[in-house]
Amino acid sequence: MTVLAEIADAVIQGDGPRVAPLTKQAIAAGIPPKEILDDGLIAGMTVVGDRFRVHEIFLPDVLLAAKAMYAGMDELKPLLVRDGIPSLGKVVIGSVRGDLHDIGKNLVGIMLKGAGFEVVDLGHDVAPERMVQAAREGGATVIGMSALLTTTMPAMREVVELLRVQGQGGTIRTIVGGAPVTEAFAREIGADAYGFDAGNAVDVVKTLVGGR
Amino acid sequence: MRPLLARLAAGERLVGDGAMGTMLFQRGLEPGRPPESITLSHPGVLEEIARLYLDAGSDILQTNTFGGSPLKLALHGLDAETEAINREAVRAVRRVAGDRAYVCASCGPSGRLLEPYGDVSAAAVYESFRRQMAALLAAGVDGVIVETMTDLAEAKLAVRAAKEDSPGIPVLATMTFDATPRGFFTIMGVSVEAAAAGLLEAGADAVGSNCGSGIEQMVQVAREFRRHTAAPLVIQANAGLPRAVDGRTVYDETPAFFADRARDLAELGVSVIGGCCGTTPGHIAALRAMVDGL
Repeated sequence: MTVLAEIADAVIQGDGPRVAPLTKQAIAAGIPPKEILDDGLIAGMTVVGDRFRVHEIFLPDVLLAAKAMYAGMDELKPLLVRDGIPSLGKVVIGSVRGDLHDIGKNLVGIMLKGAGFEVVDLGHDVAPERMVQAAREGGATVIGMSALLTTTMPAMREVVELLRVQGQGGTIRTIVGGAPVTEAFAREIGADAYGFDAGNAVDVVKTLVGGR
Repeated sequence: MRPLLARLAAGERLVGDGAMGTMLFQRGLEPGRPPESITLSHPGVLEEIARLYLDAGSDILQTNTFGGSPLKLALHGLDAETEAINREAVRAVRRVAGDRAYVCASCGPSGRLLEPYGDVSAAAVYESFRRQMAALLAAGVDGVIVETMTDLAEAKLAVRAAKEDSPGIPVLATMTFDATPRGFFTIMGVSVEAAAAGLLEAGADAVGSNCGSGIEQMVQVAREFRRHTAAPLVIQANAGLPRAVDGRTVYDETPAFFADRARDLAELGVSVIGGCCGTTPGHIAALRAMVDGL
């Protein structure tokens, strides 16, 4: 197995302690950081995402794989910055105001990072103003919002409205998701997109970013 | 009242209660505030809800302590009030129930993920549940319902914490499953078979499922439990999945529909049939009529 395939395998196995030294080994062997990222860490995480999507593996496996991936990312990040390698884009995510559920949102964050996006996770119970401010200050092009309660869903509309009022609609795109959230609701509030699960959210964000 | 365990052992069918969270939201609980915050400020609301379910025919009334473990309360800075919150929640229901219904403590997940995939140790989660259980048991509950669990390791810690000082306290333990192409699993990957075996091994007196996507799927989950265990079963389904319609939360399954499909649960010999999110006193009254008509 090549070292990159070994990195991917270690991510799939959720074997964090193996990923860091393997990543160092790949760097020392002179493999370009971007290649280590794409064909090692992201390749592994893609397999994890696909298996999770078809219920072959479950949340604990994904969380362990994510930890393993981050161990490799920590090694690579300074080199990617040095080489001026851009990420796929920056996404601000959070559970909306009043909503304290974050497992779904965390999963989306993991999958986005695993696909090569830079993710700013604002946590849960995030006020609309804070979401917009974080996106504008951080130069993010997408805001991802999650809600598990029907009672907190209206806060999503406020974010969309704020972006419009501040003239950011179209510059900063929005994607919404969470158990009670539907495509129809996304359309109704004027969100740019809807993701029905974490894997789908990544595909949709890629389209949002690519379609600009 | 005869002891709860004796009635479960005798194969009797008991009716649980309906939703707590949705009832509290209707009575002014603000999104983002934990349901347990109502207990000390508005105990009268808890009495009102308990009375509605008692009058509807519940044999078992649950306390407003789903998120009453200190680890979970700490997310809202309320962990210092663990004892008062759990004690007063029990007292409110007891004032209404007297000895006309069993008062069972609700105990939900800690809200944290266990090591190694999460960041909290099993010992810390166990201590958290122990502190909650001590307060509940001291206040005089007739049983404990560990519910909405998705991680079997965590569910077992809660069951053991309840039984530690009071081995005789009835503990009913239920988990929440999703339908996958390979069968029913919790989001943490626990099968019905593994749940039944694990929860019973930890000391649960009855096992089953709560929450989920509606009564019809729950009948399938119950059937799966029955395939794997002869132990008493507890099933408390949602009235479907929540939908937002014009800013209101709507659950589609009516009391008549819910009770009609729940007939299959009775036929499977499920011991406790109740409701979870979106179920109302109307659903419980319909369940009562169905069970009494068997």
